[in-house]
Amino acid sequence: MNELTPFWSGWIIAITLGSIFGCYWLLASVRSNKKHANGEVPTTGHVYDGIEELDNPLPRWWYWKFVITVVFALVYLALYPGLGNFKGLLGWTQINQYEREVAKAEQEFGPMFAKYQSTDLEELSQDDKAMRLGQRLFSNNCAICHGSAATGSYGFPNLTDNDWLYGGATADIKHSVMNGRIAAMPAWGATLGEQGINETAQYVLSLSGKETNPEAAAKGKEIFATNCVACHGQDGAGNKLFGAPNLTDDIWLYGGSEQQVMQTLRNGRAGKMPAWKDILGEDKAHIVSAYVYSLSHQE
Amino acid sequence: MSTAFDHPTYNYSVVRAFTIMTVVWGVVGMGLGVLIASQLVWPDIFAGIEYLHFGRLRPLHTNAVIFGFGGCALFATSYFVVQRTTQARIWSDTLASFTFWGWQTVIVAAAITLPLGFTQVKEYAELEWPIDILITLVWVVYAIVFFGTIMKRKMKHIYVANWFFGAFIVTVAVLHIFNSLSVTAGLFKSYSIYSGAIDAMVQWWYGHNAVGFFLTAGFLGIMYYFVPKQTGRPVFSYRLSIVHFWALISLYIWAGPHHLHYTALPEWTQSVGMVMSLILLAPSWGGMINGVMTLSGAWHKLRTDPILRFLVVSLSFYGMSTFEGPMMAIKTVNALSHYTDWTIGHVHAGALGWVAMVSIGAVYHMMPVVFGRKAGEMHSITLINVHFWLATIGTVLYIASMWVNGIMQGLMWRAFNQDGSLVYSFVEAVDASKPGWTVRVIGGVLFLTGMLLMAVNTYLTVRACKQEQELAHSTNTQAA
Repeated sequence: MNELTPFWSGWIIAITLGSIFGCYWLLASVRSNKKHANGEVPTTGHVYDGIEELDNPLPRWWYWKFVITVVFALVYLALYPGLGNFKGLLGWTQINQYEREVAKAEQEFGPMFAKYQSTDLEELSQDDKAMRLGQRLFSNNCAICHGSAATGSYGFPNLTDNDWLYGGATADIKHSVMNGRIAAMPAWGATLGEQGINETAQYVLSLSGKETNPEAAAKGKEIFATNCVACHGQDGAGNKLFGAPNLTDDIWLYGGSEQQVMQTLRNGRAGKMPAWKDILGEDKAHIVSAYVYSLSHQE
Repeated sequence: MSTAFDHPTYNYSVVRAFTIMTVVWGVVGMGLGVLIASQLVWPDIFAGIEYLHFGRLRPLHTNAVIFGFGGCALFATSYFVVQRTTQARIWSDTLASFTFWGWQTVIVAAAITLPLGFTQVKEYAELEWPIDILITLVWVVYAIVFFGTIMKRKMKHIYVANWFFGAFIVTVAVLHIFNSLSVTAGLFKSYSIYSGAIDAMVQWWYGHNAVGFFLTAGFLGIMYYFVPKQTGRPVFSYRLSIVHFWALISLYIWAGPHHLHYTALPEWTQSVGMVMSLILLAPSWGGMINGVMTLSGAWHKLRTDPILRFLVVSLSFYGMSTFEGPMMAIKTVNALSHYTDWTIGHVHAGALGWVAMVSIGAVYHMMPVVFGRKAGEMHSITLINVHFWLATIGTVLYIASMWVNGIMQGLMWRAFNQDGSLVYSFVEAVDASKPGWTVRVIGGVLFLTGMLLMAVNTYLTVRACKQEQELAHSTNTQAA
């Protein structure tokens, strides 16, 4: 937290208190309790387009309301940070309020999650109570991309189909959740040219049994062998080490139409799963991992 | 403009022009409001048409109602009031006419550029730099015309309505110029010279004082002339005028940070913004008391005079929303209300209940005068009455539905399960808001219908006034 220089701190204190006391002074000096003779309220004597002004005193309740808000303001400024660099008698800051609330929540809810830390994921995925916790953690944190039913959407994998980019073993899932994943499909447009992109797309589509132009697909096969096999493998079945998808199963993260596949080839893709270990903490990440595992292992 | 209605002393021609445009921009701006409220209920009505996207129409709605409707109402009434309460003709007819055409150009430019997507992305200050410069020019001329007229006054003192108009004109100039400072990048693009938390602070210093000076001080000026005129009673307390004027203008300028509670804004700024907003409660109510108590001895007139009813109900909404505002500025209340529909409800309690109602009352009083009749002699008093009930019920529906929505959203966002997780996802709160948004559309349609009746009444009144003038003119020529 940056400190203000003594000049600016003093300036702020002066104009803040100056405004508040100035208003009070104005209020007090204009107040008048003098009773008018025989109850008749005189006017000020000014007339503007026929409008006159009475000299009624300030309503008493209004005066006191004004005073109460002034007193409240002064007490508040004594207790909380407001007057320049003065921190306030309570030592309150919005950050320490946040930290207190988080610490309290941690204390209250932490043990509920911590007790599952040593249970292995497979066993945990059978525990109804833990899975109810997992489902709620998933809704709060994961559903925004993967959907509340975890069936994914464009660019975000379906987690219920047992088709895994980075592996579906318990350790793989937990690694994905804890550390996140960064996928990098390079852009081939400049290297291959539009014709090359089209031919490669024809071949890629043929891998999952789609109807394609055999001539173009044959040329695409050569391009594939030179450029794509390093990640997607000789047979196009992918490599879970890099998260390179299986191209033979007709499951598509970015769409499986000819146009969409060409788009992927031309411009590349950069999928990103965030690392949750610092956001959720390991105890919760452990339970979420078990929940994700349970999604594709239901009886 | 026809010269048939020219007044021997005062320049009514510019007042007539601004008065008519008040009604026109009122219908346009509130029509846009109904349209965007409908988009929240039926999000697909303009799917795929970028020019009609909510994000582009919403700033057009706010600009049209604040600067179009509100701005024209302020120009019309301030020119009318300053002449009549100083007994002096406006300082310069040419410059006054320039402010009219300049201001209309600003609003038309807004109506073109905002749907095209040109914006500075500052709320209530979206217009790009060339329009900002025109606004500055018009405003400086406005100040010259207004204060020039004050200098010409025939009496020693200055009436309280003019204090408020004067404060509004000076402060809006300062706010507009400093918030709009930017580095240009071509004709249609600019970058604010401020960044980060400072940008946010300057923006809300501007934003809240657009409320405080444009939408409050200016309209208190309207109130101070039209309430005593319409009731025929003296203003309740000169002392109260003095205290609440000076306290109001010196405190409002501090209140901006309450829009930025629990953000990266330094904590001292947030605290000072909060306490100044709270002290503002009494000065705000000072205006309401002075207006409402002016009626003492004339309460019976409310039964028969729908124009007075507009003015008095506007003061009730003013009192209500200036109580609500300080409450919402308290950090713990703000933690619930911020980012919810409650804020939008609060704004419209002020905008529909106070600003629009007091302007409508003033226009109904003033329009017949500047068209050669006596105050308040609109063509149809029945239509004014129907307008009053439509406006009141519309406002109540709007505010009530936004309260319900706002508090519900705030509570849903902070509801926790027993394990500390959130009970609702964001979209569930959106889904739950839909009934409230539907009620808001109904409220908006009622209010807009009232404005359409006002437009009809305006047309009929002006037509009748013209006929009367022609008749008087031909009688005069025959007699001669």
